[in-house]
Amino acid sequence: MAKVEEGLYYSTTHEWVKVEGEEALVGISDYAQHALGNIVYVDMPDEDDEIARDEEFGAVESVKAASDLVAPVSGTVLQTNTVLDDTPGLLNSDPYGSWILRVRLSDKSELDALMDAAAYSRFCESL
Amino acid sequence: MKSYDRLVFELSREGRKGYSLPKSSWKASLSSIPGTLLRKVPLPLPQVSEPDAVRHYTCLSGMNFGVDNGFYPLGSCTMKYNPKVNEEVASLPGFASVHPLQPEDTMQGTLQIYHELCRALSAITGMAAFTLNPFAGAHGELTGLMVMRQYHMSRNDMKRTRVIVPDSAHGTNPASAAVCGLQVVQVKSTADGTIDVDDLEPLLDDTVAGIMMTNPNTLGLFETEIRRIAELVHACGGLLYYDGANMNPLLGKVRPGDMGFDIMHLNLHKTFSTPHGGGGPGAGPVGVCEALAGYLPDPAVVQDDDGRFHIVRNPHSAGRISGFMGNFSVLVKALAYIRTLGRGNIRMAGPLAVLNANYVKESLKDCYRLPVDRICKHEFVFDGLADTSSGITALDVAKRLLDFGFHSPTIYFPLLFHQSVMIEPTETESKETLDAFIDVMRRIAAEAASDPDVLRQAPHDTPVRRPDETLAATHPVLRYKI
Amino acid sequence: MSFPYFPHTDDDIRAMLDRIGAGSLDDLYSDVPDEFIFKGEFSLPEAMSEVEVRKTFSEIAGRNRQLVIFAGGGAYDHYTPAVIPYLVSRSEFQTAYTPYQSEVSQGTLRYIFEYQSMIAMLTGLDCSNASMYDGATAAAEAMLMSVACTRKKNRILLSSALLPQVIGTVMTYAKYHGIDTGLVAMDGGMTSAADLERQLASDDVAGVLVPSLNRYGIIEDLSGFAEAVHARKGLLVMYSDPSALAVLKTPGEWGADIACGDCQTLGMPLSSGGPYAGYLACRQEYVRKLPGRIVGQTSDMDGKRAYVLTLQAREQHIRREKATSNICSNQSLMALHATIYMSLMGRDGLREVNRLSYGGAHCLYERLLSTGLFEPVFDRPFLKEFVLKPSVPAGQLHGYLSDKGFFAALPTEEGLVSFCVTEKRTEEEIDALVSAIRQMPGQDGK
Repeated sequence: MAKVEEGLYYSTTHEWVKVEGEEALVGISDYAQHALGNIVYVDMPDEDDEIARDEEFGAVESVKAASDLVAPVSGTVLQTNTVLDDTPGLLNSDPYGSWILRVRLSDKSELDALMDAAAYSRFCESL
Repeated sequence: MKSYDRLVFELSREGRKGYSLPKSSWKASLSSIPGTLLRKVPLPLPQVSEPDAVRHYTCLSGMNFGVDNGFYPLGSCTMKYNPKVNEEVASLPGFASVHPLQPEDTMQGTLQIYHELCRALSAITGMAAFTLNPFAGAHGELTGLMVMRQYHMSRNDMKRTRVIVPDSAHGTNPASAAVCGLQVVQVKSTADGTIDVDDLEPLLDDTVAGIMMTNPNTLGLFETEIRRIAELVHACGGLLYYDGANMNPLLGKVRPGDMGFDIMHLNLHKTFSTPHGGGGPGAGPVGVCEALAGYLPDPAVVQDDDGRFHIVRNPHSAGRISGFMGNFSVLVKALAYIRTLGRGNIRMAGPLAVLNANYVKESLKDCYRLPVDRICKHEFVFDGLADTSSGITALDVAKRLLDFGFHSPTIYFPLLFHQSVMIEPTETESKETLDAFIDVMRRIAAEAASDPDVLRQAPHDTPVRRPDETLAATHPVLRYKI
Repeated sequence: MSFPYFPHTDDDIRAMLDRIGAGSLDDLYSDVPDEFIFKGEFSLPEAMSEVEVRKTFSEIAGRNRQLVIFAGGGAYDHYTPAVIPYLVSRSEFQTAYTPYQSEVSQGTLRYIFEYQSMIAMLTGLDCSNASMYDGATAAAEAMLMSVACTRKKNRILLSSALLPQVIGTVMTYAKYHGIDTGLVAMDGGMTSAADLERQLASDDVAGVLVPSLNRYGIIEDLSGFAEAVHARKGLLVMYSDPSALAVLKTPGEWGADIACGDCQTLGMPLSSGGPYAGYLACRQEYVRKLPGRIVGQTSDMDGKRAYVLTLQAREQHIRREKATSNICSNQSLMALHATIYMSLMGRDGLREVNRLSYGGAHCLYERLLSTGLFEPVFDRPFLKEFVLKPSVPAGQLHGYLSDKGFFAALPTEEGLVSFCVTEKRTEEEIDALVSAIRQMPGQDGK
């Protein structure tokens, strides 16, 4: 059973968003890391890139699979988690403690379209 | 042999050499080249003697498994026997010493091989014209799609930029489409693995350049609705592309040109018995219907009324897709195979491949889960063991087979099932070989119940055992460091 | 029925059909609509015995004429050590497929790892893939790669001094992929730095492809090229003869980001144009965009050193339409050929090949000028290939020499003729070529 952390927003493509004022952290859920298996590489955008909701902004790769990262919110990339360059496996061992991007949100109302923890739990069970 | 663990760099000693070049008295010396144009960094290539090199590479060959070593039922790869006379004639000095830019009248033999192979492939497939320039199957796909686009562009039909690809297709299909600048639209499969015509119909409009089909498909099943699909795609102005990776069961029996396909490629290293070489060189000739012949890539070979062969360029061609004219010696081997088969024996090739596949399928379907139980063509796909209680995976079965001297089938493809095991025996395997394979597959199914750990730890008897692929990908070591 | 590649006896077929529950081989095609079953006669000859195959193909090969090779144009007549065909034809190498099952493919995987290492050494770059089809397609993939590596740029520039077949192939790939292209002009037989600067000014250039040895055989001086391209955030891609890189400044030293070319010069027979192999190498930071197979070192479950196909999430079988390329099969066995060649030759052997080619080419150059039948065209350093302006039409000279048994004086688009000398050519052969040229009718051979 995949873990779901309270207090985060979730997308149907299994990204999570943690809001910190006008900024947010973006990562992938426990369900996503489990489906991929051992993660070996995270393809991340450059800092200052714009990401747009529902559009790809990178990819997560395991040995025999790859999955696009889809932006759950729009905004400007403030920082990428370079720790993942050397230790991408952190996304497996600690998916909610390992963010991928820090973004400045361009439209906080987009959060309304995302699921809360309870809704995301039900969503994962339905899959 | 099993314990051999050297790289050629580790055999190197300063002062050894493995070559023998003539002496010369040339006056000019490299030192007259300006120093700014010369290499300054060291070149740490190995320095080995000839016998050391021969022993090293012979030892490496001993850590490999080829069709000549044993049964190689790798699905979708058509690992049939590679006849040896073909190797012999392909290396004749008359072919090997010819420069590709020699004047036409000094390479009539080369051009004759090219021309005769084009005609033979046309006869076998029902396509009007061929190019032999593509180097491999995926290169053929790309070339074929370029021809498809060129056809639409030449009619000023610029909005046809979408290509339909079934979800069961080989990965090269969507990848080739993307390289060719086409947008991939996926069409679903029905429960029995064939194209869902109801899902296809609404996708067809005037933005569709064509559809890529593999028939039989990657489950080894013949697309029985092919005529209807051809009518629908043609009616919307699109073209039909045939992925020839699965041509072997149709060899001598069914011609893609007769099924309504406009463009196709063949893998000479599959259907036409040329060796795979550990991943090439292969050859991916592309055939087209009459209306598209003028769009094939440059250069091409034609024969004039006097019987002389000429190299020509076509003004409407899709362009040049290779430095010269393909993997020529592979073409010689394929033509020698066709000549050896002749018009009679070729009729047996496809049917015997289909016989072997169905025989193995029927002999194992009680132990392994067969998702679609009908006549297959050259291959079929199991979805893991019939009894799943042990948790034994397709990977475990594949690795255990290596212990018994068989190569593994293709696993985890097609993606339609979780535990795909795709088996293609080819027509050159005897009943005794198939029976031995069947016995081992049944034994493995029994082991899954009685001793699953022996499978999880397999292989036990190979030069290395389950290398750590995660480590290889997270900390890539891609070259030897001195 | 009996045929050497089909082991089935009539009894086997009957027993197998019984197990399947089919009455005949035709029944196995009951799922194919009858209209598609081919009922005609194949327009093919009758089956040939092995004796007849040998005879037929020997006759066809006999229709080719073996000429003394004094020209290149992208394929060069270098020496092949006898060891190579002997080892490469071992069936454990030749009859294997792509090394998906690493446990029984360590032979293939190890030689690819050696190949990648040697290509990295020659080019002075960090990583190589397992091979491409040929030099021209390697160049095309390199340019697609440059676009993938530089976000938001979609134009590539090609030097006009590249081989025409390389330009042609890259242009075809670019046209269908939807990449804008431009040609950089030449100045005195070399890629023009000034024209490059001008064209870079638009700031939309992802990659620039330049030769190391160009279509005239000239060793290009690429001083300042990398700086100019990098200043505009593009990538410099170099097309080089790998054999020549044993002596010439490497792509790494010139500051290139990607290197490509044709391994044919590493002792591969001319073979009427193939098989050869392309190589493709790059700096570490671009390895995730490198197309094709890559082999990596790791360890197995017993801790033993082992090799596997790696970084596979770039490839078509996983990424499908988002893969870095569609390439699947490459030219693996030719990569083995190149690997054994580089092992035998080593650093000194490759230098010697270049020394002999250089000496012979410069000897021929002087001898041809001394006939008074040619004018020099460029005053630039060359290695083994050069062009001259003939006093007779280029095509006529080329045809005359082929009648005399030479492949020489290859005409260029500008009406010049190109010559090449490798380590295989002797002083006697040069004498014979020069004397044939002197005796060509219709000119006042002095």
